[in-house]
Amino acid sequence: MSETRYTDQHEWVRIDGDEATVGITRYAADQLGDVVYVELPEPGRSLGQGGEAAVVESVKAASEVYAPIGGEVTAANAAIADDPAKVNADPEGEGWFFKLKIGDSAELAKLMSAGQYADFLKGL
Amino acid sequence: MTEGRAIPAFGSRANLEALDLASTEQNFRKTPLHALHVELGGKMVPFAGYEMPVQYPTGILKEHLHTRASAGLFDVSHMGQAFLSGDDPARALERVTPADAIGLREGMQRYGLLLNERGGIKDDFMFSRLAGERDLYLVVNAGTKESDFAYLEDKLRGAADVTPMPDRALLALQGPAAGAVLERHAPGIDALNFMNVIRTRVAGAPAIVSRSGYTGEDGFEISLAGADGDRVARALLAEPEVLPIGLGARDSLRLEAGLCLYGHDIDETTDPVEANLVWSIGKRRKLDKDFPAAEEIMSRVFHGSSRRRIGIRPEGKAPAREGTEIADKSGRIIGRVTSGGFGPSLNAPVAMGYVDSRFAADGTEIDLIVRGRPMPARVAPMPFVPHRYKRAQIRNER
Repeated sequence: MSETRYTDQHEWVRIDGDEATVGITRYAADQLGDVVYVELPEPGRSLGQGGEAAVVESVKAASEVYAPIGGEVTAANAAIADDPAKVNADPEGEGWFFKLKIGDSAELAKLMSAGQYADFLKGL
Repeated sequence: MTEGRAIPAFGSRANLEALDLASTEQNFRKTPLHALHVELGGKMVPFAGYEMPVQYPTGILKEHLHTRASAGLFDVSHMGQAFLSGDDPARALERVTPADAIGLREGMQRYGLLLNERGGIKDDFMFSRLAGERDLYLVVNAGTKESDFAYLEDKLRGAADVTPMPDRALLALQGPAAGAVLERHAPGIDALNFMNVIRTRVAGAPAIVSRSGYTGEDGFEISLAGADGDRVARALLAEPEVLPIGLGARDSLRLEAGLCLYGHDIDETTDPVEANLVWSIGKRRKLDKDFPAAEEIMSRVFHGSSRRRIGIRPEGKAPAREGTEIADKSGRIIGRVTSGGFGPSLNAPVAMGYVDSRFAADGTEIDLIVRGRPMPARVAPMPFVPHRYKRAQIRNER
């Protein structure tokens, strides 16, 4: 049973037991435009909640991707490093960035539900 | 995630506020094509005091590639158009530019630098001598147009008058299909060669058309009365080869073509020698040394300048943006990137910047300091993508 939560920086995190998969939202991908480069964290790296985790660049802009929740990186999505267009094509699926082993699941309480994130977008 | 720099996207408060201002539209000017941009789904952003489309739903990558493959239509009405009038406006203009203005033949356009008293670059611009007309037609950059015109008024006082035409539209039709497309709306226009300029009609509207542009491709710039801009733009967009192209792709196209962006690659702190724009100084001007700071500039032409504008090809995939520090292989900082990003036609990052002249030779290995780490790169010749201008055929007959 998985659950997806969102940050106000437009990352999503899908929780499966003690594993979290992280990416950027459809809104973020659309705002960035054509993604041409991603830089992903090395597996084994330890990230704090809100820490800089990855970089995503479109033709015009470079943006940071922050860790929605703390933990140790267990995998990075090599497919988007090879073909960054996957981030625009399927940002909340195939275009995931990295996976984490969750450090403290209490940190999830600070994140938004899908409904809350949808309301947050309406306010932008 | 947060926005780093460049075009407003999302995340950063400053950028969102800028977008917000644009949507309240109090402080930003609109070009005669504004309603068309909105209708086409253009993403409007503030640029040089105007609300301009950075991209359309097509997206920057496809807009860029389409322009190189077919034809793209750009609204550049924000640029500064003016006429320079007087007894001998070309002679007057030579007070502030090292270009050969007097020698410009009728029906020709030329690139020039506007220099301050110290030889720094106040702007770069195009000037044209239309057949049978004494006035020169000028196109200067959007962000500098008011200060340029004030500077010209001041420096040319008594010799020439500047008449800005802020209400005119300026369209750029660029790409290998541009000639065939424009021929349908202005019969005979495809006979023009690169840097030719004429008065004609486009889709029935009186126009000044030059065969030039800012993409490295063949193409035209079309100056129209503001009231004709929307109709002519729609007529060109109705052609199957043509897509509307925003400022984002305009920037990546000119970067691949190795063309300077004023305020970034050149400004008042750079001179024509450092900027590698000595080719824009007329031969006669070099001998007469009668332009601002001519002695100093010509001394640097012969003895070299301490820094030099170069092209850069990063070896990896990471783009190096404006402001990125450039280091030699021992880690010493030798310069800075002034324009950088991703080149869609090369499917690779490209940049230009200034380095210590000792590192300016093509092929020199350098490092770009991206997010604190050295990324290997090489000094590379420009243009990165070959220019494809329509040059006059060389004839043997005299």
